Amino acid sequence: MSSFQEIIFKLKQYWAERGCIIQEPYDVEVGAGTMCPETFLRVLGTEPYRVAYVQPSRRPADGRYGDNPNRLFKHSQLQVILKPSPDDVIEQYLASLEAIGIDLRKHDIKFEEDNWESPTLGAWGIGWQVMLDGLEITQFTYFQQCGGIDLDLVPAELTYGLERLTAFLQVRDSVYDIEWAKGFSYGDVRYREELQYSVYNFEMADIAMLWKLFELHEGEAARLLKLYDPKAADKQRFPLLPAYDQVLKCSNIFNTLDARGAISVTERVGVIQRVRKLAVGVAQAWVDQRQPAVAEVAQ
Amino acid sequence: MSSAPLPFLLEIGTEEIPDWMIERALAQLLESLEAIFLKEKLSFESIGVAATPRRLVVRAYELQARQADDMQTIKGPSVEIAYRGHQLTQVGLAFIRKHNISGDERTNLQEEKSGRAFLGALRRIPGRRTVDILAEALPKLVLGVHFPKTMYWTGKGGPRFIRPIRWIVALLGDEVIPFELAGVRSGAVTSGHRRLGAREIAVTTADYEQRLRENYVILSAEERRHKIHDGMAGVRVKRDDALVETLAYLTEHPTPIVGSFDAEFLELPEEVLVTVMRHHQKYFSVEDEHGKLAPQFVAVMNIPSDPEGFVRRGNERVLRARFNDARFFWETDQKKSLAARVADLAHVTFQAKLGTYLEKTERVKALVGALGGDAHAVRAAELAKCDLTTELVKEFTELQGVVGGLYARAQGEEDAVWQAIYDHYKPESMEDAIPRNRTGQIVALADKLDTLRGCFGVGLIPTGSRDPFALRRAAQGVVKILVEGKVDLDLAPLVNDPTDGAKALTEFLQDRIRYYFKDVRGFQYDEVNAAMAAGWSNLVDLEARLIRIRNLRSSPDFEPLAASFKRIRNILDQQKFTGTSAAAIDEKLLQDGPERDLYDEYRSIAGQPIESVISQLRPKVDLFFDKVLVNAPEDDVRRNRLMLLGTLLLEFSNIADFSEIVTTS
Repeated sequence: MSSFQEIIFKLKQYWAERGCIIQEPYDVEVGAGTMCPETFLRVLGTEPYRVAYVQPSRRPADGRYGDNPNRLFKHSQLQVILKPSPDDVIEQYLASLEAIGIDLRKHDIKFEEDNWESPTLGAWGIGWQVMLDGLEITQFTYFQQCGGIDLDLVPAELTYGLERLTAFLQVRDSVYDIEWAKGFSYGDVRYREELQYSVYNFEMADIAMLWKLFELHEGEAARLLKLYDPKAADKQRFPLLPAYDQVLKCSNIFNTLDARGAISVTERVGVIQRVRKLAVGVAQAWVDQRQPAVAEVAQ
Repeated sequence: MSSAPLPFLLEIGTEEIPDWMIERALAQLLESLEAIFLKEKLSFESIGVAATPRRLVVRAYELQARQADDMQTIKGPSVEIAYRGHQLTQVGLAFIRKHNISGDERTNLQEEKSGRAFLGALRRIPGRRTVDILAEALPKLVLGVHFPKTMYWTGKGGPRFIRPIRWIVALLGDEVIPFELAGVRSGAVTSGHRRLGAREIAVTTADYEQRLRENYVILSAEERRHKIHDGMAGVRVKRDDALVETLAYLTEHPTPIVGSFDAEFLELPEEVLVTVMRHHQKYFSVEDEHGKLAPQFVAVMNIPSDPEGFVRRGNERVLRARFNDARFFWETDQKKSLAARVADLAHVTFQAKLGTYLEKTERVKALVGALGGDAHAVRAAELAKCDLTTELVKEFTELQGVVGGLYARAQGEEDAVWQAIYDHYKPESMEDAIPRNRTGQIVALADKLDTLRGCFGVGLIPTGSRDPFALRRAAQGVVKILVEGKVDLDLAPLVNDPTDGAKALTEFLQDRIRYYFKDVRGFQYDEVNAAMAAGWSNLVDLEARLIRIRNLRSSPDFEPLAASFKRIRNILDQQKFTGTSAAAIDEKLLQDGPERDLYDEYRSIAGQPIESVISQLRPKVDLFFDKVLVNAPEDDVRRNRLMLLGTLLLEFSNIADFSEIVTTS
């Protein structure tokens, strides 16, 4: 039986052998691996890219004080981006499941329609949820648009839910009971974090402070985007990645405020729009930044 | 040159296509291929389609291998110009050269009408090979299939299809029909079941289906349906044809297995358990011999067997986790009553421009009162939307209403109240039942009418296939409840507030009324138009009149009389005659004979139902039109006649405007 960390090792090894750069988790809070620059920005443009990384994903509203066997404030996704997607992408994906010890001749795999969309990121794709013996283990998406931009190369995005997958392999009813490493359960490693973040997000987060932070990060992202000049000869050095970090901060603060019940109905749509505007702005500038400046073309 | 007819096979190999789109795609493939054969004059014995999630297949049998030759006529200058004696002139020669006409092809053509003769040619155009025709036509045919949502995968600007195309089998007899589509070359190699079959399998038109079977793919959906049904024999499964259909197109090799769950979960409402099994897990639920839910389920795998029980145990664990969640939500939600949740509706948006569900609740309550709802209906309207704040509905949104009803019952609300809450989204389709009691019908009507008025009022009007707020379904629900619930009230005054987009909404409702009576109830369109022209607002009354018209229609006098009524309507319209009144008919001006007879007839039948007078009225009307000139030269006589006709028309116009009836004569 593989432990949680061994499953991660094997999947990383598997995708490394198929040409993926193995990245480390992004060091800014995100709600999903898709939001990391390694996905959100790398899928844009014409350069092929392959990357895999584990991304701890924070969803404040999903916290359950460590009580619910299946729901977590922070879960781990293994995110794989294959850009462009190879013709045998599904075969490669299925073989990755066999690499972690699932004999697919003895299990039931189904691909059920599930198209993915993130209004906040101006992104959507076509795909499936992959069901293994009735359990959703992976979201499989062919990206079509990101930041409101049609993608040049269509990437395949595979998002494995690592806790679920491990619970399945280890035959555990609760994620807290899965073995993280020999002698250590998932609960040993993460229970206190789940409990304390649930308390903070639902009960104690300072709403006024969070709004202030939101506005500060939003202001900084907006300020930078305003300064970006597509005609500048030295636009390559413009800090779009730091600007994007500010957008991610906004997104996470929004989610925390939402879990805290601090966002009224009327505000909600408006705030999502504000974050979306910034994300789309960064994406567009990012695509432009890879082009030569207009002045250079003229020469 | 003729050759024997051949079998044709096209298989589009794809990644998993959403189950619900497959049959529609097949119908289109069939239709387009038939159109190509027809256009290219290729005869065939039959065409058939088949599909699994990973392949769309069209086959034809005894397909003509080559088009018949065609004779082309080329017409040149007239013989007078083309010839001098037996010699071709310069003009004649130029024509021969221009069209490269050989001695065999050259002939003189006689124009039939004028009898004139022309220099010309008869040229044999050899038929094209079917293989060549199809190599050109098939790529367009495949990409021409319309799907609700398509994708591109080869790069920006690349072809669009429902999911990536990975292989193509295209055969006419033994020959590959050569073409390329989305970077895939057609060939004679298919692919088996993802895990159990070979990845590359050479096939012929003859062994195609058998080779797939050997590789764990059952091509026929009908056979897969049977396999699902047969695999469930002996288990008391709740019949669910739609689920069988879904699973037949989610699998290439379906095999049902029976799993079980802890009987203690049966304490949860059956609706919740069934929804989890049906909608979230695609399981069939199982009943005991008394029709009660049994602690079992049937899942359908995409492999032939589960000898070690891995799949069964996996599905059982997933279901246990789901049921545990549901139980947790059920218990948590009960800690706060529905009544205590009303205020929370201020935090749930109904629609950005239309405010929150709290505001909607207030409007619906008022509307329930206006519709004559009693205290139970008002109470139900107040609580109807509260379940939107419960964890259970947040998790299982399709249970909105039902969950509210169940909580209301558990919290001691009256039967009429909890049932009204439970039912108030009904009917969700034309097949669905309306709310079971009058209280529920009134609440459902008020809820739907409020949605319609609100959305039309802020310009959210459905266009074409875009109807994000399901307003068609809401309007259809209003119509169905009013008619089938025999709710005797006038619709028009409820939708005539100009701030609610009254005109558009009225037309929208009239459209739905027409659709309901015509397509659902099977009345003829002219009957519906005729009846609605005499009033559409009270649907109970409208239905009663429609039934009368349908019965009348079997009378041999009906259509002729309707034709006469139409004639009357035309005459009145032409003369711009209005202001009909029986009292205004001047008896002294009536001419003896058919005109007076008709008047007397009118006097004797006035106030009686048309059914009992139609047979005596019709000959009088016929005779009138036969013998009497309406447009009499004397002004007062003509006006009097128009008055008589108008009065007659008016007499029956409370049932229908019979001039709308389309007559065959």
